[in-house]
Amino acid sequence: MFARRSLLVGLLLTVVACKGNQPAPAPAASDATSIVKKDEAVSLTGAGATFPYPLYSKWISEYNKLNPDVKINYQSIGSGGGIRQITASTVDFGATDAPMKEDEAKQAPGKLLHIPATIGAVVVAYNLPEVSGTLKLTPEVLVDIYAGKIRKWNDPKLKADNADAKLPAKDISVVYRTDGSGTTAVFTDYLAKVSPEWKEKVGVGKVVNWPTGLGAKGNEGVTGQLKTTPYTIGYIERAYASQNKLPMAELKNKSGKFVAPSIEAMSAAADAVEVPDQLFVSLSNADGEAVYPITSYSYLLVYEDAKDAVKGQALAKYVWWGLHDGQKFSKDLDYAPIPAKVLVKVEARLKELRSGDKKLLSGA
Amino acid sequence: MSVSHDVSPLIRPRSKILTHFGRELNWGDFVFRRTTALLAGLLVAALAAMAAAMLHGSAESLSKFGLGFVTSQVWDPVRDVYGALPFIYGTIASSLLALCFAVPISLGVAIFLSELAPAWLRGPVGFLVELLAAVPSVVYGLWGIFALAPWLRTTVEPFLGRTLGFLPLFQGQQRGFGMLAGGIILAIMITPTISSVSREVLRAVPSALREGALGLGATPWEAVRVAVLPYARSGLVGATILGLGRALGETMAITMVIGNRSEISASLFAPSYTMASVIANEFSEATGSLYLSALAEVGLLLFVVTVLLNIVARLLVWRVSSLPGGGSL
Amino acid sequence: MPKSYARRKVTDIVVRSACVSAALIALVPLVSVLYYVTSRGIGGINLEFFSELPKPVGESGGGMANALVGTLKLVFLACVFGIPPGVLAGVYLAEFGQSRFGKWVRFSADVMSGVPSITVGIFVYSLVVLQTKHFSAFAGGVALGVLMLPTVTRTTEELLKLVPESLREAALGLGLPKWRTTLRVMLRTAAPGIATGVMLAVARVAGETAPLLFTAFSNPFWSSGLNEPTASLPVNIYNYAVSPYEEWHRQAWAAALVLLLLVLLLNVCARLLVQSRAGAR
Repeated sequence: MFARRSLLVGLLLTVVACKGNQPAPAPAASDATSIVKKDEAVSLTGAGATFPYPLYSKWISEYNKLNPDVKINYQSIGSGGGIRQITASTVDFGATDAPMKEDEAKQAPGKLLHIPATIGAVVVAYNLPEVSGTLKLTPEVLVDIYAGKIRKWNDPKLKADNADAKLPAKDISVVYRTDGSGTTAVFTDYLAKVSPEWKEKVGVGKVVNWPTGLGAKGNEGVTGQLKTTPYTIGYIERAYASQNKLPMAELKNKSGKFVAPSIEAMSAAADAVEVPDQLFVSLSNADGEAVYPITSYSYLLVYEDAKDAVKGQALAKYVWWGLHDGQKFSKDLDYAPIPAKVLVKVEARLKELRSGDKKLLSGA
Repeated sequence: MSVSHDVSPLIRPRSKILTHFGRELNWGDFVFRRTTALLAGLLVAALAAMAAAMLHGSAESLSKFGLGFVTSQVWDPVRDVYGALPFIYGTIASSLLALCFAVPISLGVAIFLSELAPAWLRGPVGFLVELLAAVPSVVYGLWGIFALAPWLRTTVEPFLGRTLGFLPLFQGQQRGFGMLAGGIILAIMITPTISSVSREVLRAVPSALREGALGLGATPWEAVRVAVLPYARSGLVGATILGLGRALGETMAITMVIGNRSEISASLFAPSYTMASVIANEFSEATGSLYLSALAEVGLLLFVVTVLLNIVARLLVWRVSSLPGGGSL
Repeated sequence: MPKSYARRKVTDIVVRSACVSAALIALVPLVSVLYYVTSRGIGGINLEFFSELPKPVGESGGGMANALVGTLKLVFLACVFGIPPGVLAGVYLAEFGQSRFGKWVRFSADVMSGVPSITVGIFVYSLVVLQTKHFSAFAGGVALGVLMLPTVTRTTEELLKLVPESLREAALGLGLPKWRTTLRVMLRTAAPGIATGVMLAVARVAGETAPLLFTAFSNPFWSSGLNEPTASLPVNIYNYAVSPYEEWHRQAWAAALVLLLLVLLLNVCARLLVQSRAGAR
């Protein structure tokens, strides 16, 4: 009996102990004025938006293959969480879909830079068993569906743009995101731009007071409802619709064309909008015939002045890599790459990253 | 219950220090009582710290909205206007619904396992019920979306609507997701807690009581009802309260099936929203001090609701199990 | 007016059948969930799952070895922080708990069992993570331990109170001091039941996600010791389950299956540890 007990306890301790024998990460303290050698082991942590998580996981894995001593740990706890953690300095970088507001930025102990890292699209997916082609939606119809004014699928306004679709005489089940999310922020940003009434009555935000519909948790929750319940409509990130083979509606953009949410249409939206010096801007409802109207950047949040030079340089190099070599992984994962002219501006900003007086990216 | 020690020559005399500080007869008892009291106090301290943190966090929201927070139904983060009444309703209604389903079933399972089942069946069945506790919330939520809600939408809700549709409880659009799904999933999640603890409680009742009743001619159920249940009353109440606590605090699984609409409706088919869910859903993304403060206040209200429901549940179960002919040993 | 024997017999049969049906009803969702998890997860269980680190989407052969070890670490820490204080607090309540202080302790335990796990996570975050300025397995263990406390405390109390007084009187009569009586006689007798309560608490915290997100964070690589962020099965399950990718979903279900088996294993270990000490019943 004693042997049995000690065996079990011993087993447990062995498991804990043997995984405790991994090599320790890089020494935290280092001479602030010297920039360290390339191969020094560094551990970085980042937190923030869920949307770019698959892409950042790919980046981390690929970068680790090239630089085995650099271990980056990114977790998606939400854009708000990311902003809070980077402000509290419990992580080395943050990630957010919606840019920080003025008062949030003031709370950070240093200047935080927004670095646009990738581009995504919010698509309108639906479940209509009788309809085989793609649904075409105008902004007015989309707003009215979400405002509860258009209640049935065979409403004349829907029929007007979809003459050859067999729209059934059933109620539209609207689905929205119940949890705070950048996807909602981007979607409501678009709705507010195309409808002053929406802007006034409901507004823009990561969480809004929806006039009608059912709330599902996460992109996965909305997708789950769309897959299992017929006659539903919902907005989700592009990857969820394409991976789950849900039909995506074509939206009429500002120039009057019905555009499907393809990678090219997302890039067209990014090309059409000028990025200001602060490096964040809304891409929704952009001008252009090939533009998909609900597109947005996703940003990394990095301190301009890094407290720890070793980590700061490792981070700067990683971000540089991500914005150049990392972009080639975008398309397979349903993201669009950063356009060249934006990259020029971002490079200039990245070169300003420093720790104390030393610039972190010298001739990278 | 304490045995008188004063005159026994077998006990050593107490030291002067001990005499000053307490009633214990030896150092072992002294340390024992103080140590366990300290650790018990840890619980109170932890709770007080959490309550204080919540109070501090919700200060801004408390001062801005006052009592209106509890009576208003509008939750609008865009306009920074917050009211928690729909969440309070959702939490109370879903937890009580869960208890309605779970308590009879859990007690039935506990009685089955401790009294009625043959010995070879007890182990496996008991094990299986406890296994329900090991399933993570997320898995329950996903099962709820893909298995429970469609089943409710296609089978149960139409049936209830047809047969009992005259009651406001069963009216309205049948989407599968809603209060009924939430109540059922919570009931499934708290059943292992209530039934396992109840089973242990029933097992701990001395068999002499049971055998006495049977010897006097009671049927097996009467033996349980008259001899076992009253003795186990306190333990059964404790088990139910633990289950209630779990139901009140559950976030992940329930938010995936309850529809998440901050509306109050009498119908079980309608969507609802609980306090724990709103905190879990919106905390990660919330920015802005009033928003965060409102969420902290929702947490504080959850404390208050927990306390109130605790008191009510205790009174109710105590009353119900005070059966005629019963009484503790 | 005494009921006729026939009527009493019928009541007896009706109630007993009701209990059996209750047991069957309780098992239906279990079977459904188990079937769901197993059918979707069994495909993802292979050697790589237990030995490889997670791989990004599109690359085959990833596993969750670090998450498995992480969960073991966290459960171990949770037990260290949750069981000794919980059991001893329960002992206090059972022995000395009729005082006013005892009522406060009982009240605290009951209210704490209703606190959502995310609130505990946020609380431990401000207590530990903000002070140490980084996420760690230690913080995760503290959060899970706090979640375990109410269940362990109350179960210990209720089961200790049910141990017959005759045992206590016999021990005291033989000259054992009170503390020895409680710890070695009463607690030992109640041990199997307390183990059930403890296993319930462990099963619950082994599957918790929300508190870990703010304390232990997660980690795509191995974490050494207890002071670094660590991956865990429930967080990985959550992250993978809410992603759009079918292959990650498969891994999530496999992880859920492994988590269930892990808890089962812990359950069996706990029973073995406890069975040998207590008397038969």
